[in-house]
Amino acid sequence: MADRCAAVDVDALNKTFRVPRQHVMTLKERALHPFRRVAVDELAALRDVSFQIAEGDFFGIVGRNGSGKSTLLKCLAGIYRPDSGRIRIAGRLAPFIELGVGFNTELTAYDNVVINGVMMGLTPRQARARFDDILEFAELESFKDLKLKNYSSGMQVRLAFSVMVESDADMLLIDEVLAVGDAAFQQKCFDVFYRLREAGRTIILVTHDMAMIERFAHRCMVLERGRIDTIGKPDEVARRYLQLNFEGHDGSGGIAERTPGATVEEMWIEDESGRRADAIAHGQPFSINARVAVHEPIAEPQVHVSLENDDEVRVFATTTRGVSAAGAPLEAGERVQMRINAVNSLGPGRYYAACSVHRGDVEIVTYRGRACDFISYGADEVNGLVVLDHSVELDRALRAEVGS
Amino acid sequence: MSSPALSVSPRAREIRGPSAYGGGWRRFVDLTWMIGSTNYKLTYFGSALGYLWSLVRPLLLFGVLFAVFSQVFRFGAGIKAYPVVLLLNIVIFNFFQEATGRSVTSVIENEALVRKMHFPRMVIPLSTVLTAAMNLLLSLVAVFVFLVAYGISPRWQWALLPLILIPLVVFTAAVAMILSSLYVRYRDVAPIWSVVSQVLFYGTPVIYAIDQVSQHAQQWVPVVLANPIAMLLEQARHWIIDPGAPPAFSAIGGWPWGLIPVVVFVAVCVAGLWVFNHEAPRIAERL
Repeated sequence: MADRCAAVDVDALNKTFRVPRQHVMTLKERALHPFRRVAVDELAALRDVSFQIAEGDFFGIVGRNGSGKSTLLKCLAGIYRPDSGRIRIAGRLAPFIELGVGFNTELTAYDNVVINGVMMGLTPRQARARFDDILEFAELESFKDLKLKNYSSGMQVRLAFSVMVESDADMLLIDEVLAVGDAAFQQKCFDVFYRLREAGRTIILVTHDMAMIERFAHRCMVLERGRIDTIGKPDEVARRYLQLNFEGHDGSGGIAERTPGATVEEMWIEDESGRRADAIAHGQPFSINARVAVHEPIAEPQVHVSLENDDEVRVFATTTRGVSAAGAPLEAGERVQMRINAVNSLGPGRYYAACSVHRGDVEIVTYRGRACDFISYGADEVNGLVVLDHSVELDRALRAEVGS
Repeated sequence: MSSPALSVSPRAREIRGPSAYGGGWRRFVDLTWMIGSTNYKLTYFGSALGYLWSLVRPLLLFGVLFAVFSQVFRFGAGIKAYPVVLLLNIVIFNFFQEATGRSVTSVIENEALVRKMHFPRMVIPLSTVLTAAMNLLLSLVAVFVFLVAYGISPRWQWALLPLILIPLVVFTAAVAMILSSLYVRYRDVAPIWSVVSQVLFYGTPVIYAIDQVSQHAQQWVPVVLANPIAMLLEQARHWIIDPGAPPAFSAIGGWPWGLIPVVVFVAVCVAGLWVFNHEAPRIAERL
């Protein structure tokens, strides 16, 4: 860590938007009221933001809507000019901001790819040479000569993402783009993330999806109301972010210490016979249990339970969503117990259970990570995250043919 | 949890936000060229005549104006080779009108690019001017064919045409930069400019010649010729069509009157650069 340089250095960055109360300011108004100042609301999007990103880091920026994360991204990308403060970036940066990055829908894929490639810093010759690769990655070879207005939005994003990937920039700046595109293409994007991360490229990912950050990022930070709230390792930051999500504001910019609407009181593991256990043999039935105390009414409640391993990789997660009996509103003062019955097909190692309670699909009422842990053992001859139900066969008859 | 400060990579450059022309000349030129030429390809895309419209359009306009001003109003009576003078003037002025008219909304039309990409902002108005310039070149081919067909014999002064075209394009680009950046702030620019460019059409010796102004209203000559485009039109007439017509510099009355259009030209260019440079960093926020 010590011998690495900072590829991104942001120092005391400030950005304020002046939003006029009434936007219309015509020349006539100007002429009639030359000295009248338009009433403006000042919107401090970024306040005194300073951080560094080391070369080769995968850096995540999370924040809720309106936290300033997109503004920060646009400042980094050189689209907005900071009011004060300094941004220094080493190397060429390819931004990927929102959907359909600046495509002209009247043009064909070819023209758009070349123009975009040059914007990303390629020479026209390079951009033309890479066109086939870009189209292949986007899986759009058969739509080569189609005008972009005939592309679906998913196809446009795929194309834009491919241009960015092929642009050879030292640094990628990505703003939640993976929400679109089908599952197969998302997986492809993830593959690219892994590959680029291994190749030591610096990547900055902005999202409100903490799971994605935990999956990829080396370091990350939480932005809240234009300030850096937390900066550190993803697991530490994740907890803080969840906290922010279910805690309210007290209006002064700080976070009110409000009791959450529910508490995960306890989690434990039971073995086949219903006794509490801290070790489960491979292939044995077991259960994950959580007891939740409800403090305020929760409509459309969902309880999520997940397991992660020592490397903070989520290996399993399930939810009460879709379980009809679980959909009834929870009353204040109620206690619920969730029980997940499973057969242990986890690979050997230690696992940690976490539980969260949600209101509807979005709002997190409470979250408790690593509430209990257990060890999975047995099946020593196999390796990997899971032990699939499998058998091993070896057909010796082939050997003779290979040898002769 | 604060990590120890890292030393900033020696390769690091400061990001100051968008600018009018920052980010390398090579990329600037490439982008202007590519956007300008693809837009040119798009202009007549899907139409039956395609590029021929570049030739046909000014000819049609010429036909109408020629019929009205030469046959009905007898406008061109005192002007030698009036039809070709009219055609050349129309083609040149048409370029100015088209380029500036389109540039007004150009930044807004390219909103998607401006809001999401870092690139020199000046590319946008310049590529609009470039597209119009390509149209101009094709139209000029038609003009010269017409010239020869009319019986004007080629002269060595025809080679001086770039001395007309280069200042024309530079001046047009400067106006385009002013209009495109101001339109982001004041939407009134569009209707105002559509009127102003109509006024300019009649205020510039396009359908008449400066000799007619000096015959009827001598005091207006410096006013009309204060417009650099008027100077360029008169000079083009002198060099290309009618050597008997006064060169622009003597038409305006020689020294020191000749300085007026030069001052206007320089002032507009400086203003164009200054205004665009001033507005460029914030254009993305104001859209």
